[in-house]
Amino acid sequence: MNALLGLLRKEWYHILRDRRTLFVIVFYPIVQVMLFGSSVRTDVRNVRLAIVDPTPDATTLELRNRFSASGVFRIVSVTPTDAPLDHLFQTDTAQVAVAFQPRFGERLSRGEPAQVLVFSDATEPNSGTSRQIYVRSVLQAYQNELGLRAGALQIVPRVRSRFNPTRVSANLFVPGLMAIILTIIAALMTALSLTREKETGTMEVLLVSPLRPWQIIVGKISPYLVIGFLSVLSVYGVARIVFHVPMQGSLALLIAEGMLFILVSLSLGILVSARTSSQRVAMLGAMMATMLPTQMLSGLVFPIESMPRALQWVSLIVPARWFIVIVRGIMLKGVGLSYVWQETMILAAMALVLLVASTQSFKVRLQ
Amino acid sequence: MTDATIRATKLTRRFGSFVAVDGITFEVRSGEVFGFLGANGAGKTTVIRMLTGLLAPSAGQASVAGHDVYRESEAIKRDIGYMSQRFSLYDDLSPLENIRLYGGIYDIERTELRRRTDTMLERLGLTRVQNDSVGSLPLGWKQKLALSVALLHRPRIVFLDEPTSGVDPITRRQFWELIYEASHAGTTVLVTTHYMDEAEYCDRISIMVAGRIAAIGTPADLKQAAGAESIDELFVQLARPASDQAAAGAR
Repeated sequence: MNALLGLLRKEWYHILRDRRTLFVIVFYPIVQVMLFGSSVRTDVRNVRLAIVDPTPDATTLELRNRFSASGVFRIVSVTPTDAPLDHLFQTDTAQVAVAFQPRFGERLSRGEPAQVLVFSDATEPNSGTSRQIYVRSVLQAYQNELGLRAGALQIVPRVRSRFNPTRVSANLFVPGLMAIILTIIAALMTALSLTREKETGTMEVLLVSPLRPWQIIVGKISPYLVIGFLSVLSVYGVARIVFHVPMQGSLALLIAEGMLFILVSLSLGILVSARTSSQRVAMLGAMMATMLPTQMLSGLVFPIESMPRALQWVSLIVPARWFIVIVRGIMLKGVGLSYVWQETMILAAMALVLLVASTQSFKVRLQ
Repeated sequence: MTDATIRATKLTRRFGSFVAVDGITFEVRSGEVFGFLGANGAGKTTVIRMLTGLLAPSAGQASVAGHDVYRESEAIKRDIGYMSQRFSLYDDLSPLENIRLYGGIYDIERTELRRRTDTMLERLGLTRVQNDSVGSLPLGWKQKLALSVALLHRPRIVFLDEPTSGVDPITRRQFWELIYEASHAGTTVLVTTHYMDEAEYCDRISIMVAGRIAAIGTPADLKQAAGAESIDELFVQLARPASDQAAAGAR
């Protein structure tokens, strides 16, 4: 027991005295959330709209007003022809353009089809599509009103995006970010701190001592569990305070799941460092084994459903994939353990397998 | 006290097709200072790693402090101290913190640990810098501290793997005084070195050449048998054929 306490104290000294690393550990989560949360946006706001209106009349003016009043669009130009559109799109002055047919209002009042041409800049297909959808919803709403006034029968679809009604992207990214940050702190830091001991030679001394492999591993893991716990809290705090990400579920459950995920990442870090002997290799290994899959295959950036089948299979063994489902479930949907128990069991199984594997690979004597 | 505390019989370690240690047999008697000499790559470190449980032997038998290296490596660990070729203390901890850490690992009782710590720091003249980081101390001080820490739990046997490499002659002298002190206190010392003058300080030495023991005995006997003036001369006699062979093989 004495031995373990000594090891823990020593590990804390290492962490607290390495000022630069400590700085990274403390501020990395916060900076990362701020950056991701405010720069990666798929939500539609402040869309620059160009209007082509050859024959302005009451109807087109009404529609133009509705675009401005929607809060989504900002009208940047109104022209009688579509000639300037190319230039507007090229210079990125406009992102969407709405061109009314000549004599738009007149045709409408006569019951003839009145056409509107909607252009959008599709260099980013997803944002392009979202903007189109907003244009159409404004037009649709107006048409529905006209139809009601005329007493025509119609089907009126009303669409609700549940759990993220305003489609705020921070809500989507922040929970996922938690996975990335915890992975980096947990896997990378343990891998580095273990291989550092191998490099300096102190690991040999620990292995020659009566310490058991599990004691060495517990000594390494525990401080980072605490740090991971603080990271969960700080990411959560920034998400709530700065980005107003909703918290529908239980914070205690979120933290518990967070700790489970950290345990998985820590064991991965130990496994990586047990198989490498230099900090540089360990860093690359930890990056390859955790960061890349976490970013690419977890469903954080690219939806898993649209991946090739083979990558979907690979994504099954990426811990972050399951953790992200859990975090989004808890924070956005407010579900309890009974809804995420399968994901939880998968993470727990991963933690168990990895811990056993890392203890085993530790027992194998130094080569 | 003539019983053997380390006994190796046909101890062998292969790395792939390379035989690092080739069936060596030797004994180290209780309380003696036993020198392990050899050129770089002769297999000294590999032997130490097998005896301390860091490396499994490929073949042969060995026992340390009466415990078998295959079956009782945990028991061995409690009876030995070890100072590795590389620096074995934590640079970012102070001498005091390093001592406390190892005191905890070897489960030394608290008041006893405090007493030993005070004596040690006093003896080494490190009391004044006990709270500075070890990394800021001169190499010689660090090595002496590392040796004392390896002896902290009063092991029956201490393994020192090239403890004096890179240390100035005066510090090396002081270092050997520490080794003698430990030896007088009853600790068996197995030390590897490639400084031939240090071999003269040992009770008995063995000279390893290409994974085998080429000579073993007291420095005086060995010199006499080979008609050599010094251990240095003897070593060159023994090691020359091997290195010539290696060079021929390389050609």
